[in-house]
Amino acid sequence: MRYLSNSDADRAAMLEAMGLGSVDDLFAPIPPELRLRDGLKVPGPLSEAEIFEFFRQASSQSAREYVSLLGAGAYHHYRPVVIDALIQRGEFLTAYTPYQAEISQGGLQAMFEFQTLIAQLTGMDIANSSLYDGSTATTEAVLMAMRLTRREQVAVARTVHPEYRQVIQTYLQHQGIHLREVPYDGTGQVDLQALDDTVNGSTAAVVVQSPNFLGLVERVPSVAEIAHRHGALLIVTVAEPLSLALVKPPSDADIVCGEAQSFGVPVAFGGPYVGFLATREQFVRQMPGRLVGQTTDTEGRRGFVLTLATREQHIRREKATSNICTSQTLMALNATIYLCLLGKKGLRMLAEHNLAKARYAAAQLTAAGGALPFSAPYFNEFVVQVPAEAEELLAALREEKILGGLELGRFYPELRSHLLVCVTEMVSRASLDRMASVYQRHCTRESPAGNVVSLSR
Amino acid sequence: MKSPTSEARPHMTRNEGLIFERSAPGKCGVELPPLDVPPVAAAGALGEEFFRPDIEDFPEVSELDVVRHFTRLSTWNYGIDTGLYPLGSCTMKYNPRLHEAVARLEGVATDHPYTPESLAQGCLRILAETMRCLAEITGMDAVSLQPAAGAQGELTGLLLIRAYLESQGSPRRYVLIPDSAHGTNPASVVMSGYEVKNLKSDARGCIDLAELSTLMTGEVAALMLTNPNTLGIFEPDIRRICEIVHAKGGLVYMDGANMNALVGIARPGEFGIDVMHLNLHKTFSAPHGGGGPGSGPVGVKSLLEPYLPVPIVEQLEDGSYTLNYDRPHSIGRVRAFYGNFGMAVRALAYILAYGPAGLRQATEDAVLNANYIKARLKGTYELPYDAPSLHECVFSDRRQAARGVRTGDIAKRLIDYGFHPYTTSFPLIVSGALMIEPTESADKAELDAFIDALLSIAQEVEENPQLVLKAPHTTRVTRLDEAAAARKPVLRWKPSSRLRDWTL
Repeated sequence: MRYLSNSDADRAAMLEAMGLGSVDDLFAPIPPELRLRDGLKVPGPLSEAEIFEFFRQASSQSAREYVSLLGAGAYHHYRPVVIDALIQRGEFLTAYTPYQAEISQGGLQAMFEFQTLIAQLTGMDIANSSLYDGSTATTEAVLMAMRLTRREQVAVARTVHPEYRQVIQTYLQHQGIHLREVPYDGTGQVDLQALDDTVNGSTAAVVVQSPNFLGLVERVPSVAEIAHRHGALLIVTVAEPLSLALVKPPSDADIVCGEAQSFGVPVAFGGPYVGFLATREQFVRQMPGRLVGQTTDTEGRRGFVLTLATREQHIRREKATSNICTSQTLMALNATIYLCLLGKKGLRMLAEHNLAKARYAAAQLTAAGGALPFSAPYFNEFVVQVPAEAEELLAALREEKILGGLELGRFYPELRSHLLVCVTEMVSRASLDRMASVYQRHCTRESPAGNVVSLSR
Repeated sequence: MKSPTSEARPHMTRNEGLIFERSAPGKCGVELPPLDVPPVAAAGALGEEFFRPDIEDFPEVSELDVVRHFTRLSTWNYGIDTGLYPLGSCTMKYNPRLHEAVARLEGVATDHPYTPESLAQGCLRILAETMRCLAEITGMDAVSLQPAAGAQGELTGLLLIRAYLESQGSPRRYVLIPDSAHGTNPASVVMSGYEVKNLKSDARGCIDLAELSTLMTGEVAALMLTNPNTLGIFEPDIRRICEIVHAKGGLVYMDGANMNALVGIARPGEFGIDVMHLNLHKTFSAPHGGGGPGSGPVGVKSLLEPYLPVPIVEQLEDGSYTLNYDRPHSIGRVRAFYGNFGMAVRALAYILAYGPAGLRQATEDAVLNANYIKARLKGTYELPYDAPSLHECVFSDRRQAARGVRTGDIAKRLIDYGFHPYTTSFPLIVSGALMIEPTESADKAELDAFIDALLSIAQEVEENPQLVLKAPHTTRVTRLDEAAAARKPVLRWKPSSRLRDWTL
């Protein structure tokens, strides 16, 4: 087998050195009745060429020929080739958690840079060195807020990613926590009056997403004022952090968390991605996940180590801040390289392109019979009320090799016949024009704009 | 020092600051294609109250700056590609480059999680095949690939147990955990709403049947064990253990961290295990990536199947695949989308490469290698539990501690010999543990060099302990002050950091 290094002579020599006749002797502690008699029923062995062919065939049964306007928590941006050249260096790819700091300085320094970049983007003091993904980062933020406030209610905006809310629900169901959902208003932003009515002295945290699941930027200062007036913490989760290049960072929040997949990590059918969590300095000891800190060696040289490990499960066991053991270091490195390549200027320019393309798309689609039901500002994603049966329109768009967005009825019954459309730099003007002409062809209503249903709940 | 145990040479590129210290105004590492739609003034489009004029202190560097920076950083890291990485319990085996190539194929890396099912059949098939293979390898009835890592797999498994017991009338209160367990086990128990009861190991390092029988009451939801345990010892009474727990209506959870000792040899499903997790980044060779991404699939017996996280990949009669969300008893979601899909791609490629006989051969080599290390070091390092062990071996630093040298010091000295150290100070039931897991990837020559290094260090401990206590001597930095790092945490760069004159 090509991956194994021992020769038959090596095996024989080791057995002989131990005075054993057969490798089976080493498995004697396993009772014979528990040992497999037949081989496993799995395919293989296959050569490299055959395995490549297997996956090449699988990859052909995909949407790779399609232009995608799907966003909703996973964003298709261009990935500079430098990223893969660097993250595939064996020293990064095949290392583990840097417990031995002296031979892990590369990874540790890169994570210190990741922590800095995330803190800069989010307007927070500090950030950890990543969590599994946006959904679990948001859940960990909620758990952190409960530890900090010792309160047992959480108010979550209904415009937080539906799958993030489901994960929060799964984690909190046995912690004695009450989740209360806060509706959105006619602007598509969290309903401030309803929020004020929901938050009280038992509320540990208010959770909003910005831009929210409907693509709209939230009024973070107003939300913060309500949360803080009741002594609750504000958690802002960000699923499309490219927005932070143009949208004011949620500095009024106590915890800013989310998903950094947008920074050059492949959409890869949902993972691996990279969650982040940033907060104020005073909360550092209640933070979940790995933290890299700066220090010096015995000769005064700057170096980096994992720090504040007394929060973590391998030391604290059942008293740990979280059960999390690994982070998503390689994906965090991917995001770090991406952010360094784009830098201050590139990230801003890219965000401007996204913004402009989304505005262009919105204009074309409304001219072709679509309507924009919400008035709040958006970044690269928006809701459009379509002028036809949504499924029918999406099918027609697929005929044109376009994935026209996410049908929202799946998560919001009141938003059937609405699509969530995401326009990144990967979508050309020509594709958007083609999309608009399909809208035009399928327009079954005279004036959809005059037909706006009430959307607040 | 004589060959073959001579010290490693130092790294070559020592001088590289933080990326922020390379930054210069106006530089940029990318150029975008021309904008093909009319430009929009962001301040106007977003409104002044939402507009951000600048990201303060964000780096500004060229593409070459980035390539040099991260290439240099990489040379300060040690990886499996560099050499033996015998971290016990972590299974640092070879990560084939083919896996990286297939995971990056267009159509595998580029499909959006909300792609219509009819256009995502390739990705769904990969998930389904991986689930089927993992069920076969573990002897379980169903598998969920949603958990993002081992610890999340543990939490998921415990939530499944809880949901099942609730359906039987009461979730119960406690989970029993052996004192040799990994720290994630008790932390996951607490997150699932249970309380931990510790189970003391017996003199063999195994589960004490008498103690288990006493503690296993109707208030206990589950026993959570690792098999082989963290000493690498297979629980000889595993069937009996499961019977004791089942007789009181409890379930048995197996932490599959050590599955590399069993693949192709024995199946937990046949031991009486009800639920377990696997670590695709350990047994199935998904790269550890410096600490993630992992993937922690959960396998269950049919009694727990209705409670698995949504959605589940299913095959329809026409052969096509679909995602089933309609599962009323499900515990819900533990992660957005379908888990770390890319890790499933790599695990499947691994299984396909080995096939049934190869998987068994890999396990045999992993166990042979570990036992060879154990046999050759046994006279020099103390072996606190001398029971037959499988894929890893655990020594104690007791003899060296008498000279003031602890496991962590020996580990640092190993670095000078060109090896990544073993796992130090774990499991907790061994004082000053040296936990060594070579995996099947090492050959005899490499093992001999590693063993010779440890023998040589033991001699140094006798003759010149200071040499070991001050190690490593050959790395870019010497021992780092962890206490200072924790006392006054510096967790990010700030422009004022520039003022400090660092020696590099």
